[in-house]
Amino acid sequence: MRTRAPWLLTGVAALAALPGLAQSGGLTLPNKIEAGAAFSIQSSGTGKGTLYIAGLGQVLERDVQVGETVQFPAGALYNAGHYMVVLTSANAPAETGAFDVVPESKPADISFLARPSRLAVGIHGGITGAVYLLDAYKNLVSAPTPVDFQLTSASGETQSRTVNTRDGAAWTEMDSTAKQGADNFVARSGGISSTRVIGQVPGDPCGLKMSAKPAGQQVQLETDPVRDCSGNAVPDGTIVTFTEAYNGTQSTVDVPLKRGIAQVEMPAHPGATITVASGVILGNQIRWER
Amino acid sequence: MKTGGLLAGILAAATVALVVLGTVWPARSALAYTGGQGLLRSSSTPEAAVQNLGDEIRTQAWQRAYDSLANKAQFTEPEFVGDLTGYYPNLRTYSGVDHVEVFPLHASDNDADVQLKIYWATVVGTSVSTRDLHVVRNGDHWEAEWPIVKRPVVPPQVIPVNYLRWDVIYRGPGDDWGAQDVESPHVRIVDMHPVQRAEGVVILGELLNEDVVPAYVSVTATLLGDNQAPIGTEGSFDKISHLLLPKQVTPFFIQFPGASLSAVRSIRMTPFSTLVSASADPVIEIDNQRINPAPGASLSGQLINQSGQVVNVAHVLGTFYDSTGHVVWIADQYVDHALLPQTAVPFDIHIPEDLARKISSERAVVASYTAGGSL
Repeated sequence: MRTRAPWLLTGVAALAALPGLAQSGGLTLPNKIEAGAAFSIQSSGTGKGTLYIAGLGQVLERDVQVGETVQFPAGALYNAGHYMVVLTSANAPAETGAFDVVPESKPADISFLARPSRLAVGIHGGITGAVYLLDAYKNLVSAPTPVDFQLTSASGETQSRTVNTRDGAAWTEMDSTAKQGADNFVARSGGISSTRVIGQVPGDPCGLKMSAKPAGQQVQLETDPVRDCSGNAVPDGTIVTFTEAYNGTQSTVDVPLKRGIAQVEMPAHPGATITVASGVILGNQIRWER
Repeated sequence: MKTGGLLAGILAAATVALVVLGTVWPARSALAYTGGQGLLRSSSTPEAAVQNLGDEIRTQAWQRAYDSLANKAQFTEPEFVGDLTGYYPNLRTYSGVDHVEVFPLHASDNDADVQLKIYWATVVGTSVSTRDLHVVRNGDHWEAEWPIVKRPVVPPQVIPVNYLRWDVIYRGPGDDWGAQDVESPHVRIVDMHPVQRAEGVVILGELLNEDVVPAYVSVTATLLGDNQAPIGTEGSFDKISHLLLPKQVTPFFIQFPGASLSAVRSIRMTPFSTLVSASADPVIEIDNQRINPAPGASLSGQLINQSGQVVNVAHVLGTFYDSTGHVVWIADQYVDHALLPQTAVPFDIHIPEDLARKISSERAVVASYTAGGSL
């Protein structure tokens, strides 16, 4: 019979605190067991009694025959921590003891936090990965364990690091590469792995350049294909601002990139100065003389 | 007990008497607000004729207003109403006239010019429209001629729109707790400048979306005094363009009424951004921007909707810089006409007189709202 009733924890602690309930050698306990492992407890004496095993988050209660070995099957205790054992019976004072439940030595699960999920290309140490190794019962595997981190870019470029866990956790930093695309960020340990996808996106436009040609009463402005400093195409939807200044007045229009270029028609004013910008990046300037 | 009953009887009788008096001889203002003609006066002068017309517009007595016009043969009543309230849903669709003002401009024996200012109460504050009316004598009374602006005609055409749109799928409840959610857009404050004004402290600045995805943005500022104790926290509210497409910049304006800059030791700025589904259209050109000097300093210009859809509400934000490129003021105006495709709509943003002299350059941006669409 397994119960998690919180009152039992309190009750067991109170029993242990009663004066005269000194620990006796009547209980034979393991020093420690792995989470989920089968184990047994041997008691001495006679009669019927009740055995309590209480730890953080888990409590067991058994009606036992004192003096016999009590068997606990695999999976009976699965939360890692320090457990207190109390045996009470009608004929004798309570007997107490304690043992530890430790995590399984082999990780069964990896919790992998990779940040950010999207960043610009060419950022040194811009990607962080943190790993928590867990056993089959979600206990943190606290023994030092090597973790392999591997970041593979869309072009096949790979960065690798191996880090030993400390108190169940390991982390590393990676650089974003010069090419945009979806990178696979993998953490491996003990034959298991977890993968996250990091989106590497183009940086600010670089060498923004436009050209102008007449279009009736208007001037047609069109940028060259807009790329960042690594040659990646800046994504469609990025805003390019055209500004035309003439005789103390100006006209502006924010145009989203479509198919890699921005184009717009603006009034053709002879002598006008036309500039192009995207965000805080300035492009070239044209003086319209026609 | 007896005295109480007598008092109750007197009160009831007085109430009935007052109700009868108010019904038989209502106050002119009360009658006007019920839609009656309480405030209407004889149109014996040009000003009275225009005032009557303004009152009829305020009470939405469209037929009476239309019938009173001297030039009603030139247009229909629906056209008259459409000219006032807009032919397409816009800021005025859900607003009413708060009050009107009449200013005589010129008068002779048989005709006159009178300016009518209509103060619309809209969801974003008062919107003023001004019309100069020609008024003519007709026998013993005066009649106004309405300067009709007919429905703009958009020529039949096909405007190709291969618009971009971003949709967002967030992480679901069944995902591993370590799985990433979509990253919030990266935004950056590229300029920030506190200013002391008579009404309090104002923080002016600009915010850049440096990401490749659209962002819904706002900015909050906290003034900190001695020992980093907060003096107050305010947000940009609507003095910002909330939707920023990639690499787009918006000004922001945060006001701390009654605060004094001398008590401020530092300012904590908190930009907020979140992913939002958005469309890259419509594209709106801001044409003929001109800074008009004091007195009556303003930034005027025209909005031209280059897309094929009707933009119902446009919000123009002007950022004004001094000769060194620092932001010295930010002002805005909601345009209360819908923007039809390829049709110019004027705007005029007021600039404080004392700042007009410092302004060397400006930059205007437009936030647009389309019925049934996203921001």
